[in-house]
Amino acid sequence: MGWATRLRRSSLRRWLRRVFGKRHARIGIYGPTNSGKTTLANRIARDWTGEVMGPTSEIPHETRRVRRKSNISVQTNGASLNIDIVDTPGIATKIDYRDFMGYGMNKKDSRRRAKEATEGVIESIRWLDDIDCVLLVMDSLQDPFTQVNITILGNLEARKLPVLIVANKVDLPDSSPSAIREAFPQHPVVPMSALTGANVDKLYGAMIEHFR
Amino acid sequence: MTDKKKDDGAIGEIEMTLISSRHLNGLTLPEKIRLIIDGVKDNKIVILEQGLSPTEESQLIESTMVEIDPNAFSGLEIESYAPDSSWFHRILRRRPRAQMTIIGPAKKLRAIKKDRDMLDAVVLATGEEQ
Repeated sequence: MGWATRLRRSSLRRWLRRVFGKRHARIGIYGPTNSGKTTLANRIARDWTGEVMGPTSEIPHETRRVRRKSNISVQTNGASLNIDIVDTPGIATKIDYRDFMGYGMNKKDSRRRAKEATEGVIESIRWLDDIDCVLLVMDSLQDPFTQVNITILGNLEARKLPVLIVANKVDLPDSSPSAIREAFPQHPVVPMSALTGANVDKLYGAMIEHFR
Repeated sequence: MTDKKKDDGAIGEIEMTLISSRHLNGLTLPEKIRLIIDGVKDNKIVILEQGLSPTEESQLIESTMVEIDPNAFSGLEIESYAPDSSWFHRILRRRPRAQMTIIGPAKKLRAIKKDRDMLDAVVLATGEEQ
């Protein structure tokens, strides 16, 4: 199926949800590699279900298949939102198995990881057709003007998908969530740490405000 | 852009292809993507006068992932300015226009510094790949 057909079909599905009422939102967690997507998915899942969604690692492309957790009820300040979480592999424009060998992996495992990672990037992009809202996770220590960030945001805007930018890793020195705000002033930004849970209540409040 | 001198004294060459918006607009999406990926796989730096739309860029990423070959092609680097997100665009609900875009082999092209209006990049000359 071509991208134009996929875009039309997903737009129709979202329009039907808006018309007939949205009590349930499927939220995609997107972003570049190593921005903390799975750490955030684990934080949300653990806070509301007591379970985690997947392992995390300093080696890029640890998440190479989409993971889902359904029927999570997020509640804050008397309001609630029922969500499915879709944790996606990091999006990248290049994948070189030799980069994984720099983390101590052998050649065979590195090549397999690279192959799986390419499939994961494709799966992430295709899932854009089947989600209602997006948490776009950016690393507050990195320059936000990366092509991956720009491309993801452009795609979300083209699809008219509600998006919250999560300025992650604010627990680390030198983090700069203000740089993300300045880079993308057209979108709400929530500074937080998925690892420590700092500001996670603000994230839940923003999700209910923007995704319900 | 300056060529760097290799250790053996030879000058490394960097081949560049500039593609006008007129030419790009006359191509179908698969033709655009084929043109870009073939150029990058030939070790060229491809410069698009008016770039790709976000959906076209995501399609380019998908196609790039399919073509990654551990022995020959590790993907591409693509860089453009950030799209215009001024209040004028937001009020008129205009989609940001695609910007001039530079695309090259992942091992040859590196962005050094990037902001809304300026991009500093380094292109490694032949023989200086890591």
